[in-house]
Amino acid sequence: MKFWKLALASAAIAWLSSTVSLAAKTALVLGIVLEPPHLDPTAGAAAAIDEIVYANIFEGLTRIGPKGDVLPALAESWTKSDDGKVYTFKLHRDVKFHDGTSFGADDVKFSLDRARDGKSTNAQKGLFAAIDKVEIVDPLTVKVSLKQPSGDFLYNMGWGDAVIVAPESAELNKQTPIGTGPFRFDSWAKGSQIVIAKNPVYWGTPALLDKATFRVIPDPAAATAALLAGDVQAFPVFPSYETIPQFQADPRFKVVIGTTEGETVLGMNNKKPPFDNLKVRQAIAHAIDRKTLIDGAMFGLGTPIGSFFPPHHPSYVDLTSETNYDPQLAKKLLAEAGHADGFKTTLKLPPPTYARRGGEIIAAELREIGIEAEIIPVEWAQWLDQVFKNRDYDLTIVSHTEPNDLNIFARDDDYYFNYDNLAFKELVKQIDAVSDGSKRTELYKQAQKVLANDVPAAFLFQLPKTGIWDAKVEGLWENGPIQANDLTAVK
Amino acid sequence: MNIAWQTSVGKALSNRSFFIGLIITGAIALAALVSFVWTPYPVGAFDIAGKLKPPSATHWLGTDHFGRDILSMIMIGSRNSIAVAFISVAIGAGIGVPLGLWGAASGSFVDEVLVRFNDLVFAFPALLSAVMITAVFGPGTINAIVAIGIFNIPVFARVARAAALSLWPREFVIAASAVGKSTARITLDHILPNVAPLLIVQGTIQFSLGILAEAGLSYVGLGSQPPMPSWGRMLFEAQTMISIAPHMALFPGLAIVITVLGLNLLGDGLRDVLDPKFE
Repeated sequence: MKFWKLALASAAIAWLSSTVSLAAKTALVLGIVLEPPHLDPTAGAAAAIDEIVYANIFEGLTRIGPKGDVLPALAESWTKSDDGKVYTFKLHRDVKFHDGTSFGADDVKFSLDRARDGKSTNAQKGLFAAIDKVEIVDPLTVKVSLKQPSGDFLYNMGWGDAVIVAPESAELNKQTPIGTGPFRFDSWAKGSQIVIAKNPVYWGTPALLDKATFRVIPDPAAATAALLAGDVQAFPVFPSYETIPQFQADPRFKVVIGTTEGETVLGMNNKKPPFDNLKVRQAIAHAIDRKTLIDGAMFGLGTPIGSFFPPHHPSYVDLTSETNYDPQLAKKLLAEAGHADGFKTTLKLPPPTYARRGGEIIAAELREIGIEAEIIPVEWAQWLDQVFKNRDYDLTIVSHTEPNDLNIFARDDDYYFNYDNLAFKELVKQIDAVSDGSKRTELYKQAQKVLANDVPAAFLFQLPKTGIWDAKVEGLWENGPIQANDLTAVK
Repeated sequence: MNIAWQTSVGKALSNRSFFIGLIITGAIALAALVSFVWTPYPVGAFDIAGKLKPPSATHWLGTDHFGRDILSMIMIGSRNSIAVAFISVAIGAGIGVPLGLWGAASGSFVDEVLVRFNDLVFAFPALLSAVMITAVFGPGTINAIVAIGIFNIPVFARVARAAALSLWPREFVIAASAVGKSTARITLDHILPNVAPLLIVQGTIQFSLGILAEAGLSYVGLGSQPPMPSWGRMLFEAQTMISIAPHMALFPGLAIVITVLGLNLLGDGLRDVLDPKFE
């Protein structure tokens, strides 16, 4: 008898506690398509890193907000000298890293010096190129002197690659990231999921979620099933465009089609014949029908672009007519370039749907003007190694999702396009040095025109941000101004 | 001889599974042959505006996500399936049968080594190993053929060896050897013709397995590459569209099922007809 009472009482307690924990459920499971190679945003170009750690685990001096604006982060305020060359940052008080060490001016100096050091593995060293020296004024004040005024400096400091790390933990951030953000790293089951948990001693507004799980689901069909079954509550960038109408019709879900910084291009190896010939590049651009491509590969989602610039930017000019769909002209250009009978080439395609499906359409369109492009599907690791690093490719399709990245065509190493145009490099330098709004807009427009005429790559379309989440979830970003899944305001 | 041949053809045609299997397989082979000269629509041309159309009078089996005619895709895809399965069976039989006959003829040490080697290859799951081979050497039709072919070798070697071993002690073989025929001669003249029916049956079964394997490899993206249509890849592409265009998955799936069914019926029928034990 006594035993039964005890059993009943413990069952009642168990039942009560389980209902309590259900009522206070503040965990969210998000689906991501790509697993990050590691979790250190200061040592890798992969967007998948920032999509987990940016604003959640790591913070910089400034941060990029949901509308692409620059907001204060670890620096509560700053002043700019009259000549625009010295920035003085006032840092937040009482900030602690997740391992308990305190944050101060020395960490800022360490992080910025580390990122721009010759041995640095930072993927975006250009962000720090303008910095001349970083000085500690007092434990909560940092003075950054620039070589020349830079209109983008505060914006650049908001990138995931410019986050502040601690000297004690910086080398271990790849596996156990230690930052100052509202979430701390919890666990990583390789190939499956990454869990972050609320930072109980966060210096700012604490996160509303207790726990967030990023589940890796590379397969579009599995992504659809996982959302429908409720295994994941949100897919910030949903990979299966064709099933979106199904979710739009379902009141349990909210479908948000936003903008991204993802300019999708058909990259060409500009130093490798025949792509070193402007006429061949123009012919290829004229052979592609952007509307067919967007309808066929993206199920109508995406905005055509004629240059390397996002359509939602105030300085955007529509240059799609410069390389309009005109197979006759394409054939003529090809003949003028000495390839009247076309030629054989290869098209390396990374895994995303836009590339694999888009590649089939583009290959068919190129066949119409006599170019036989053999399709070679590659995994991301192969793509980064063969195409991006070793430039062993003819044609490829990829979306460049970094913000403000016009300058990739002006890099000293010529980037993977192997595009070397001194005049354009000069133009990008000017843009960087100008902070006056209207002058900058003018230069941006010029730069877009140079690229549209020079066709270092065929510009296809701007990638949409196809967010789908449970209708009860609030606070996820609608657009993708930077590679991030900021969960600070999500509930 | 002529009369014996006629009776076996008559016997074969009166066997129901052989007859049905023959018709199905013949129809598929005919479709593949016709696709060389004619398909309802060209499969290289995309018609994005007419994508995902359900079956209708203009497109009998509907269109896919690029607006291509699914019937044409299946017809051309059958070429690919048949070619991969046929060549891989040829590789398996071409290498496996001589090895098996050699083992049975020489006995002792050579036989032992061949049998152990066979067991070794058998120990690997065939499809998984084929995935490994194509993953290492790159996806493509040729690599898929080689990968499937390699795992056909021990199957044929085992069948040939077992059948040959049971023939060697028979009187007509002993008689042949008594009149001074060499081992190689006896194998060619007496063993092989008597083993052949079993090999044909096995070949039919391996052929259907080859079609399944090719579809499996293409499904995971390791078989033939676009723009060449392939049944397995058609199924893969249909996967995310299943709620909006179920016909995209249905027809290539049916094509695989019917072909494999036809080949299995044909194999069953052939065994009944050719194997004297079933008389």
